[in-house]
Amino acid sequence: MATVDACEVEVVYEGVDRLVRALEACSLTVEDGEPVAIIGPSGCGKSTLLLAMAGLVRPTDGDVLVGGETVSGPRLRTALILQDFGLLPWKTVFHNAALGLEVRGVSPAQRAERAGAALERVGLTDFCGAYPGELSGGMRQRLALARALALDADLLLMDEPLSALDALTREDLQGLLLDIWRQRQHTAILVTHSIEEAVFLGRRVVVLTPRPGRVAAIVENPGMGAEGYRSTPEFYERCDQLRRLLAAEGAFGETALTGVEAS
Amino acid sequence: MRRLLGYLGAIVALLVGWWLLSVAVGSPALPGPAPAISDFVRLWGSDLMPQLFESGWRVVASMTIGVALGAPLGLLIGRSPRLDAVAAPLVFLTYPIPKIVFLPVLLVLLGIGNAPKIALITIIVLFQILVTARDAARGIPVASVLSVRSLGATRGQVFRHVVVPAALPDIFTALRIGTGTAIAVLFFSETVAGTSGLGYYILDAWGRIAYSEMFAGIIAMALLGVVLYELLEMAEARVCRWTRVGR
Repeated sequence: MATVDACEVEVVYEGVDRLVRALEACSLTVEDGEPVAIIGPSGCGKSTLLLAMAGLVRPTDGDVLVGGETVSGPRLRTALILQDFGLLPWKTVFHNAALGLEVRGVSPAQRAERAGAALERVGLTDFCGAYPGELSGGMRQRLALARALALDADLLLMDEPLSALDALTREDLQGLLLDIWRQRQHTAILVTHSIEEAVFLGRRVVVLTPRPGRVAAIVENPGMGAEGYRSTPEFYERCDQLRRLLAAEGAFGETALTGVEAS
Repeated sequence: MRRLLGYLGAIVALLVGWWLLSVAVGSPALPGPAPAISDFVRLWGSDLMPQLFESGWRVVASMTIGVALGAPLGLLIGRSPRLDAVAAPLVFLTYPIPKIVFLPVLLVLLGIGNAPKIALITIIVLFQILVTARDAARGIPVASVLSVRSLGATRGQVFRHVVVPAALPDIFTALRIGTGTAIAVLFFSETVAGTSGLGYYILDAWGRIAYSEMFAGIIAMALLGVVLYELLEMAEARVCRWTRVGR
């Protein structure tokens, strides 16, 4: 069970010469097996919230609970995928995929089996002995995904995982993320700055306010995951709704629409 | 193969330059390459090879100790802000002191055998590697560390999987640059004290006004440098394979 509960989370960290309040009284509940997207103006603390859920940033106030337990450090079945994929350039594709298992003391035979299966799932079997430097951006992202799959993660935290990719690769990988979620039904929390991506991959889309980040609105998106969702009128409606909400939060700078009510 | 051809070309260019210079200078103190090489061949088995091995093991021993102490220490300092606060000022204060001035002290304390020479080279190489390793450890991308920590890695595992491999190419660079420094210091310490090694041999030949033998010694010294440099290059290619792919 990987429910995620953020209760009144506040994170303050030391900037260069002042304290930065990244999150303030930020509360969010994610059900087990639910895919949620988090979106907000840049610098709104989205990534901080994700790192707090991963146990890598300790809230100054409030609590994060995963599966009913307070997070105090990295959790065994939580996988984190970062914007630049977090791959180690000095390890081969196979060793990168198996790294989580190695760190957790899984036997070499088990590692080979589980990492091998994960690499096969993302279509990288033929590249086991290559180094990340030899892969394309999309393949690197697949590798980061394989690492999470090898861990048999029940909570997948993703920090703008596809933002460095070109549009075509991006859509391809969004499709892969959706497929894998449909198959495994893990809890997925995706931080993104792409409205379309949020609507494509989030059953609920959480809009954060500018720093310090709080939850400004939550958009229900029940059609998510349906076949061909991307080209339905409903998809466009959701995107439009989000665009208005984000404009109200000042995501588009000075020329933003103002006074749009959060629904 | 291309590398070998490159070396051959460079050697030919150097010899031609040397020959032209010797003709231009026209002094017995700068003989041409021909007498030097013939002396090199004549003296290789009896004198040069033993002296080269003597000098070689001094350099290799010093650099091994230097990297074994300097690299881990530098990485630790670079990764720990608290340790860095104490160690960095200490390093920066002592780094600019030319350590070679301590040779007389070392000679008094350690005698005139191998110990003071190895100690001096070790200290100098150690500092260079320590400073490089510290900077390399500080420059490691946060994302690499975060992603491994998110997998539940301990501090030791972060070191093993991230910090050490990330710093290795820089440490190899420091070692290769250090080779030149180490051989220079070796030459100096062998000319000041002791009766063995290429430095001693070169100075001894100079004293005997045997200039072509002196240059045979210089060639042997150059050979020592090239061999060490190439060994490091080969070791790096093996250990840091990922830096050689995809380009």
